[in-house]
Amino acid sequence: MAKQPSSDRIELVYGSLDMLILRTLLWGPTHGHGIAKSIERVSAETFKVEHGSLYPALQRLHQEGWITSEWGVSKKNQRAKYYRLTAAGRRQLSAETSRWERFARAVTSVLNHPEPEEVK
Amino acid sequence: MNWRRNFVKISAMFRRQKLADEIDEEVRIHLEMEEQENRERGMAPDEARYAALRRFGNVTQAQEKSLETWGWQWLETLLQDVRYGLRQLRRNPGFTAVAVLTLALGIGANTAIFSVVNGVLLNPLPYPQPNRLVALYSRTAQFSNTSISYPNFIDWVRLNHSFSALAAYRQDDFTLTGVGEPLRVPVEFVSASFFPLLGAKPALGRWFTPQEDQIGGAPVVILSGGFWKRRFGSSPDILGKPITLNGTSYTVVGVLPANFYYSGNDFRLSDVYVPIGQWDDVSFRDRRAAMGMDAVGRLKPGVTFGQARADMDSVGRHLAEQYPEADKDTGISLVPLKQNVVGGIQAYLLVLLAAVGFVLLIACVNVANLMLARATGRSREFAIRIALGAGRRRVIRQVLTESTLLALAGGGLGLLISGWGLSTALRVLPAALPRADSIHLDTHVLLYTLAACLLTGILFGLAPALKMSAEDVQETLKKGGRGATTAHRRTQSAFVIAEVALALVLLAGAGLMIRSLAALWNVDPGFDPHHILAFRTTIPPAKSPDAIRATWRRIQNDLEALPGIQSASLTLGSIPTLGDSELPFWLAGEPRPASTSQMKVSLYYLVQPDYLKVMRIPLERGRFLTSMDTGHSPFVIVIDNRFAQMYFHGRNPIGKRVNIDIINATAEIVGVVGHIKQWGLDENASSNVQAQCYISTYQFPDPFVPLVASNLEIVVRTAGPPLAPVGAIRHALHQADSRAAMSNAESMDDILSDAISSRRFAMILMGVFAALALLMASIGTYGVISYFTSQRTHEIGIRLALGAGKGDVLKMVVGQGLRLALMGVGVGIVGALALTRFLASMLYGVKPADPLTFIAVSLILVAVALAACYIPARRAAKVDPMVALRYE
Repeated sequence: MAKQPSSDRIELVYGSLDMLILRTLLWGPTHGHGIAKSIERVSAETFKVEHGSLYPALQRLHQEGWITSEWGVSKKNQRAKYYRLTAAGRRQLSAETSRWERFARAVTSVLNHPEPEEVK
Repeated sequence: MNWRRNFVKISAMFRRQKLADEIDEEVRIHLEMEEQENRERGMAPDEARYAALRRFGNVTQAQEKSLETWGWQWLETLLQDVRYGLRQLRRNPGFTAVAVLTLALGIGANTAIFSVVNGVLLNPLPYPQPNRLVALYSRTAQFSNTSISYPNFIDWVRLNHSFSALAAYRQDDFTLTGVGEPLRVPVEFVSASFFPLLGAKPALGRWFTPQEDQIGGAPVVILSGGFWKRRFGSSPDILGKPITLNGTSYTVVGVLPANFYYSGNDFRLSDVYVPIGQWDDVSFRDRRAAMGMDAVGRLKPGVTFGQARADMDSVGRHLAEQYPEADKDTGISLVPLKQNVVGGIQAYLLVLLAAVGFVLLIACVNVANLMLARATGRSREFAIRIALGAGRRRVIRQVLTESTLLALAGGGLGLLISGWGLSTALRVLPAALPRADSIHLDTHVLLYTLAACLLTGILFGLAPALKMSAEDVQETLKKGGRGATTAHRRTQSAFVIAEVALALVLLAGAGLMIRSLAALWNVDPGFDPHHILAFRTTIPPAKSPDAIRATWRRIQNDLEALPGIQSASLTLGSIPTLGDSELPFWLAGEPRPASTSQMKVSLYYLVQPDYLKVMRIPLERGRFLTSMDTGHSPFVIVIDNRFAQMYFHGRNPIGKRVNIDIINATAEIVGVVGHIKQWGLDENASSNVQAQCYISTYQFPDPFVPLVASNLEIVVRTAGPPLAPVGAIRHALHQADSRAAMSNAESMDDILSDAISSRRFAMILMGVFAALALLMASIGTYGVISYFTSQRTHEIGIRLALGAGKGDVLKMVVGQGLRLALMGVGVGIVGALALTRFLASMLYGVKPADPLTFIAVSLILVAVALAACYIPARRAAKVDPMVALRYE
């Protein structure tokens, strides 16, 4: 694995990891390692996700009823626990996504705004 | 947090290990996958493994955090605190034992008294809709609540609009023959509506019909469950069978459930119940007379107590108009049944509840004190915790957890103590409490105890908790955890003052009650109650009044012939503290008042000539009744000095004549005797009927003889212990008539003391609680003074080294304790003066602010405090200056 300068990595905002996990599972059921790899790949390794931090998040999502889990066998014939998105999880993801987009738009527009007209 | 998550977490609690294993396995698999990927990319095995671990982060933390999401953070912390607290308590077994024991006594006393309050005052009476039940009485000029005449009762039933049913009852005794030995059985005359009104269901058979509840109705009885079991072996064949009572055959129509309970007015749970309406006695049917009959009613739905009272007032007015001779100036009074049953004891119980509250407060102060003393030793521990980042709240929570653990342990032990104490108290003093059988440790009591524990835990934990968490961390760490701060010392001094003050209030209350009881015991009842045996017997009905009188004479002679019996007399009508009977009269020479209620009233005692000898009542003037006063000689009465004073105002009453209503006789006064305390030792001179008169059994007019014939109350003066001749008397009565039975044998001393049993019950408990308070306060004072002294060892050493004498040290230490005790006494006296006022109604012959009591209890407290300080003072005086200086 190529080393990344640490300054290029961004710490995840609290709660956004949940969203990333749900989004990943939208492509289909997978195991914890698969989720970690997928997030790294899709975000072009921008996010600094410690693999260990996935597991408490997975438990939490499970308790909320947004994902379910069952033991299965991987392509390489390895036993692993597979997580699957539930209907409630899908609803949660779309709600979270639209909230995130509003948030991102707002932040972006503030950052891109020209100098305020009335400055003391 | 939503319900779903709670549910998931609760179910997770039961498979925690499995969850943990699964998470561990997932993590292991993850690492393997990553490692394998790394190797596939060409890393060396070792490097692949380390890279995977680096990428993963802290493995243990990930596992723990994952598992944690399945639990409740607060619960985990609580369990942690509890485990830590238990370890702390185990490490200090001495402290823990003293604290738990103190709290157990405090909480136990509270639980015991609360279970009495709960059973007697709070629990509803055991009937459907018990708050709709009302006790009814007649109200006359002399009595606010007195028994009812049957003709009036019938009119109440007819005229009222407020009650769905009214029922009357009165007690009597019958002799049961034909089943084994002749037996006196308690009987209650009841209306047909009585049992249905209470909502009872017969265990067997049926209740009385209205037809049976009138003159000429078929002779029928209902048996109590207990009597049915004892006498008839619970045989269901009993229905329809005859039993012989007072020589008459009655048919059994029903059996009461074994748990039937009623205790209003003068009701007595009896073996046999008969319809009241069948009784055709002349006096019972006389509107002017009331034969000890009381009534209970059930309000119609929607009718309030106030409406019922107004309704019955108008019924009373109507009867007064219609029967002025009997009912002028009389009315009807209503009392909620519950109040009627428990009204007499309520004030005592509430005072006792307050008293145990004080005991618990003292216990709390004591334990808080102990914890504070220990806190000084632990201040270093807490300072380190705070320095390491524990929040102030976390430290407070830890201390409160420990105090609550102590309180719960104390509460558990307290439950055991209260269970034992209650059963002992109820066994020793069974007569003192109404509804004693409804006192149990039920859910209410357990909840109360739990609440008391939690509250106590917070109460005595809070002060030390706040103190400990507020301490200056740096300062404490520098001092190495030794030495109390001034703030600590101030708090502990305040605790001692509070303890002494609380104990003084309790001691003052107990002292006043003891003084009351002592005053009561010193009251002269007007007769000599020692060596008197009272009992009841029934004689079979005789043909003529003269034959009955002959039997009475024979019984007296038989009894007086027995060894150990000095004199004997029948006593009908009134019996001191047990029963009162009154006759209306007017003085000869005065016009006859238009109505009975306007006549003067006197208690009457229907006795034989030896009554004065048995009771040792002093003869003040003239003569007492003699055997020469018979049906053939002039009708005479003897009056008491109160009668003479009230109606003859110091003039000589001998030879004066009075006209007696109801029995329609004119009697000549032949003697004056001393007044006796009919209404109990605490009789109030302003209440009820005070005048007393004595009539000879041999002169009582013929028509009234059968009424008093069957139930005889007899008093005998014994040479030895009053109960010694009971067997001989039973034998003699049985020999004279095989149908005679004896019952209710009791010494007059016991009868008098039964009359003040609630007072005694309250006094004993108050005394116990005050003693407990005194003990705790002295232990508390001792603890604080010893602690202060040990803190001053260094200083004392210096003083001794500089030449102070042992006496000076002794004086210094004792002086310090004495100052606190005196302040406590001062505060306590102010508190007691404010609080003992509430005892006023329970006191006799002593004022709530009785100086003697206050001085005595203050001295006791000061003496105890001195003793508590003396031990540490002596220890301090013996200190070796060299050792003391090296200390610290």
